[in-house]
Amino acid sequence: MNSDAIARPLWRRLIGFNLLGGIVLGIVGFYFGWWLGHQIKADSLDYFGDTNQNDVALMLGYLFSVIGFLVGLGFANYPLARMLGRDRSHVENEEGGVGRYFGLCTDHKVVGIQYLLGIGLFFFIGGVNAMLIRAELLRPSPQLFGAGNYLTLVGLHGTMMMGIMTSGVLGPFANYFVPLMIGARRMAFPRIEAITFWLLMAAGTILMTTIFFGGFPTGWTGYAPLNVQANYGFDSYIFFFALVGLSMMLLGLNMIVTIISMRAPGLTWSRLPIFCWGALSTSVLMVLAAPVLIAALLMVAFDRSVQTSFFLSSAGGSPYLFQNLFWFFGHPEVYVLALPGFGIILEILPVFARKPLWGYRTAVAGILGVALLSFFVWQHHLFVSGLNSSLRPFYMFSTEAISVPTGLVFLAGMATLWRAKIRYTVPMLFCLAWFFNFFIGGASGVFLSDVPSDVSTHGTFFVMAHFHYAIMGGLIFAFFAAIYYWVPKMFGVALNERLGKIHFWMMFIAFNSTFAPLFALGLMGMPRRVVTYPSHLQPLNDWVSVSAFVLGASMLVFLGNVVYSLVIVRKPAPANPWESRSLEWTTPTPVPVGNFDRPPVIDSDPYDYGVPPVALPPPPAAQAPAPG
Amino acid sequence: MRRIAIAWFVLSAILTPIVVAVIAPTLPPGNASNASSGQVFDDTVLFGIVTPIAVAIAVYFFYAMFVFRRRGPEPQEGVATRDNPGVHIPWLVGTTVIVLFLATFGTAELADAGAGGGQGPDPAFKPSGKVLPVQVIAQQWEFTYRYPTYGGVETAHLELPVGQQVAFHVTSLDVIHSFWAPKLGVKADANPGVDNIAYVKPEEELSFEIHCSELCGLWHGYMFDTGQVVSPSAFGEWIHEQQRVFAPATKVLPKYATHYFPEPERRGG
Repeated sequence: MNSDAIARPLWRRLIGFNLLGGIVLGIVGFYFGWWLGHQIKADSLDYFGDTNQNDVALMLGYLFSVIGFLVGLGFANYPLARMLGRDRSHVENEEGGVGRYFGLCTDHKVVGIQYLLGIGLFFFIGGVNAMLIRAELLRPSPQLFGAGNYLTLVGLHGTMMMGIMTSGVLGPFANYFVPLMIGARRMAFPRIEAITFWLLMAAGTILMTTIFFGGFPTGWTGYAPLNVQANYGFDSYIFFFALVGLSMMLLGLNMIVTIISMRAPGLTWSRLPIFCWGALSTSVLMVLAAPVLIAALLMVAFDRSVQTSFFLSSAGGSPYLFQNLFWFFGHPEVYVLALPGFGIILEILPVFARKPLWGYRTAVAGILGVALLSFFVWQHHLFVSGLNSSLRPFYMFSTEAISVPTGLVFLAGMATLWRAKIRYTVPMLFCLAWFFNFFIGGASGVFLSDVPSDVSTHGTFFVMAHFHYAIMGGLIFAFFAAIYYWVPKMFGVALNERLGKIHFWMMFIAFNSTFAPLFALGLMGMPRRVVTYPSHLQPLNDWVSVSAFVLGASMLVFLGNVVYSLVIVRKPAPANPWESRSLEWTTPTPVPVGNFDRPPVIDSDPYDYGVPPVALPPPPAAQAPAPG
Repeated sequence: MRRIAIAWFVLSAILTPIVVAVIAPTLPPGNASNASSGQVFDDTVLFGIVTPIAVAIAVYFFYAMFVFRRRGPEPQEGVATRDNPGVHIPWLVGTTVIVLFLATFGTAELADAGAGGGQGPDPAFKPSGKVLPVQVIAQQWEFTYRYPTYGGVETAHLELPVGQQVAFHVTSLDVIHSFWAPKLGVKADANPGVDNIAYVKPEEELSFEIHCSELCGLWHGYMFDTGQVVSPSAFGEWIHEQQRVFAPATKVLPKYATHYFPEPERRGG
């Protein structure tokens, strides 16, 4: 928006290619697809006559809705203009005020903040779902929602968290800080960067519309053939995950190209900040895993809409096919959630330990090793499914082998603390808590990877506790560490330290008090996703629920901190409040549109802290290529 | 470093025996069958390995967080050590050895007839001796049981003779379920069109819970049941009673098969 646009009245400024236009065209597109679907006649679709549920119409509705949404946001303008032979800049909306946050913007810093707010919104919705689930489980028999709505809540919580939070770190922080860390002026594909965000928002909105279509009873795994049997609320799940997969793929691609080809002079692989290594390996996982998910969902969509039978054994298909495809995506997916956490923790730790990152190459090898191994373990989700019993020792071994590279990451973090001068700031507290949580998550994972032990805990609350420790204790704690660490750069305002500490302690204690008892509940025989449970488990469940409410309240403390610090007090933060040596902190706050006046030249890695040890010569500048 | 080593040694020398000898053996699933006692033994060994590691990491963190904190408000820098092969190579070797041990141990335990897990139609790990086949038929939202060696009678209730090796043939009529008898240490997914075999030998007479442990639709939470392990003579009486009572039903049931497709699916392509 330029200056004469601001002179126009507000209603006139709202008309155009922005979020409002996207929503309007999205709704128009939905009804167009809905209408079109009802016009299609075929023998195989007579089935819909029986159920009064036309999946074709709903799917076309979602499809045209997404297209309309993107067109309304202005994603078609540039390709159309080029096709018509007009000259048009690929830069959009980089200058200007608040308006650029509500539309297509190609500035990576704007997209980062868009991601932070958008993901925050859906994280909040997923969190409210969790609170409702725990409210239902206060009593052993259904009291608030009933079985169907309860399953929808469980499914919404799981799907929302697993889907949206895949981009939870890469979206806001990697988009914002990777170009700054590698001394680039922008991401490699700025328009692709923008579309990943808006695809994610479309996905989240579509998932929420399942409420209008009766919800879905499948949880986040959406196993066949239950997904074929489910009523048409499930179509939103298909579109949600397909769009999330598309968004992940494009985001990963963009990130890989940026990190490989846009590094500043002198930024060799062995000087690349460890956060960029985390982002890079996550991106590789995204690019390789997400297409498998999209293919699987396409088959589900065909099974549901045009009556194919990829997954129906009675008609020649196999439900194992879906489980295999889903977990071939699904297991890398959980490392897509964990690896950015590794990167953040190892990036932040040296700043507050005032020491170089210990064993940089060891840590990189650990991150790459986890990424590589994550593709070889997916059948540990199917240990009791009856598939390939002779391959169980292999999957047991490959799963346990992941603890070796994870151990290297742990070692790097632990040794960085040795003879350090630790400053206990809020980001540092979250980092240290990450080690605590992730160790419990990892150790319980060893139990689950062991087949005999897994037989008794598979599909129970034990598994639930395990992955909440690994993902919430890993990713979300790292996510908050990143927020407290980088918000001064992103918004030019520091978050309040005291409220931050209250938030941390409340969250840390409530988190452990919520999820540690779930291990016991699982061992005592409580399966996942049940609305009713034996009454002797009620005291423990009540304890968990109350802890979960405190955990939810700690998020409100955080929101309070955000409002207090960013809206009310607005104390300006210095350009480098943590005295970090990393490149992103050398830029002025707020970061100018082009990031750097001229390309920075890098002559060391960003962990040049500390005093040299007395007896040893100063560390040599790293020159050899990094492993991998 | 020496202080950490001493603290680790003392603490894990105290804690590991407590965990291994006192806590772990009392944990579920208990000792009601060979599978469940195998699982408890397995968990006990894993606890024996995890406890010293957890103690080591906890001791290190508490030491480092306390001793290496910044004292006073003025900025201070740590010691710029960057790497030390004397640390990371033993670490790598140590973790690798632990992993290899875990995998070998888990495989050895798994070789005991699959440790109670569902192994599919062609089990890789089989028990020796005579086996009583029991078919578990899951459907939304209940389990029924067929005894092929007793005329294929189908019952709504599961009874097993104590001390007899049982092979559960788990299958489903509609969506994926999972047959889980926690106290017996048995879990096997019920897939439509698949004969998923799990072995167990109940070793004490008891009443046990059965849950569906794979999300199977609306009333998944209500898909539970109770089964009994009884003496062989009581089982003989019970099963003959069932054969007599359900004789008219057995006549119209489909012949015993590894799986069933109740109705043709309406599929277009």
